[in-house]
Amino acid sequence: MDWLYVLMPISGVTIFWPGLVILGLGVGIIGGFFGMGGAWMVTPGLNILGFPMAFAIGTDVAHMAGKSLISTLRHGKFGNVDYKLGFIMLVGTIVGFEVGAQMIMWLERLGKVDFYVRWMYIILLALIAWMVFADVFKKRKKEKELRAAGQEVDKLATGIEWHKTLHKIKIPPMMHFKAAQIYCTAWLPIFVSFLTGWLAGILGIGGGLIRMPALIYFVGCPTHVAVGTDLFEVMISGLYGAGTYTYKGRTELVAALIMLLGAAVGAQIGTVATKYIKGYGIRIAFGLAVIGCGLSVIMKLLPRYIPTWKTLLDNSATVLVLGLVSALSLYILVKMIQGARQELAMKNK
Amino acid sequence: MQAFWKKIYVLAGLALVWVPKLAIAAGEKADMIVIVADTRRLTGWEAWWANLYNESHAYFTALTVITIPVVGLILGLLADVVMKHIGIDLSSRELAEH
Repeated sequence: MDWLYVLMPISGVTIFWPGLVILGLGVGIIGGFFGMGGAWMVTPGLNILGFPMAFAIGTDVAHMAGKSLISTLRHGKFGNVDYKLGFIMLVGTIVGFEVGAQMIMWLERLGKVDFYVRWMYIILLALIAWMVFADVFKKRKKEKELRAAGQEVDKLATGIEWHKTLHKIKIPPMMHFKAAQIYCTAWLPIFVSFLTGWLAGILGIGGGLIRMPALIYFVGCPTHVAVGTDLFEVMISGLYGAGTYTYKGRTELVAALIMLLGAAVGAQIGTVATKYIKGYGIRIAFGLAVIGCGLSVIMKLLPRYIPTWKTLLDNSATVLVLGLVSALSLYILVKMIQGARQELAMKNK
Repeated sequence: MQAFWKKIYVLAGLALVWVPKLAIAAGEKADMIVIVADTRRLTGWEAWWANLYNESHAYFTALTVITIPVVGLILGLLADVVMKHIGIDLSSRELAEH
């Protein structure tokens, strides 16, 4: 069974290559569907396959750039990418990320920063999950009330509508974002991206997990456009990240390319699935992913209080993350197949 | 005027790619350790690739940064062909909400 293993020329480790393809496929599906890089899922996966941590992050970032490119192209054809909004937000994200990164370096000198950052991350994830599910329940409540009053339910209605209040701010320059169907002050996406970039810089994450809901709830993008536009940002920052990590000698291109084989298929499945799953279906699945991510971070934090459970909690966190990747990928794959079958049946009729 | 703004966006986007420190990573930053690839067991393209890594991180980076999007593009187009062959409409979707 030697043919199932491939020697990585840079790190010198021998890796089970079908594992890389499966991992790529899973995160490709999830990334294309939710609009995020998914570093929190890939890094532990690569580590399990035998990658040293130093190479796991760089390899993940490199494959993320390619995967996001595939998803962005597909989302772009669906009209899900607002390039104008993406470029404007990129400015805010980069400045915010820099401010956050500098702030964290300053806080490091004060000590204990890692501990507070992890708790802050958990609180943030809890807030995002709350926001998503509060939105879902509010929408259902609205629909219930309308039905009770004998009125027609608007299929395009949303639950939380904070963006409508924010769109009332009329500070010039006002901008029209065609794909997102938004007319607002340019300062709104700049400020939101600055804030999400700042948080990403402080937390040391890519930011897709924060940016996607921010695009929906604060900027007012439809879910599909939020996913596509976020992926566009992940693509550009991923490419830059690939450059910096590779320059530091921390990327195993062979592994990234093998992962891309799976991710190319996965990204297409995830992206096409957004065609068949309505916006709120995406939001609910995203909320569940955020809860899973939060639980895995808690499991990583708990050994500080119960050191004897460290091994158990570390292993449980990994199982949770990989289980979540498998479950979500399977759900998206099944929905995509069902939707495609329905579409083809309609065509044949 | 629209063309002008398009050019500005494209140029801004290209410039931003080179702004330092926007590295996506969920974990801590890579340690400042010099890693050398062991080329003794390698032959052919693997040996060439590992030697390139040992000799110049700059060339190695340039090649990696070019290879990733090119391969991504090729694989994406191939997956496109397969999807189209299945018969799925890949150019439109229904508006879901808002």
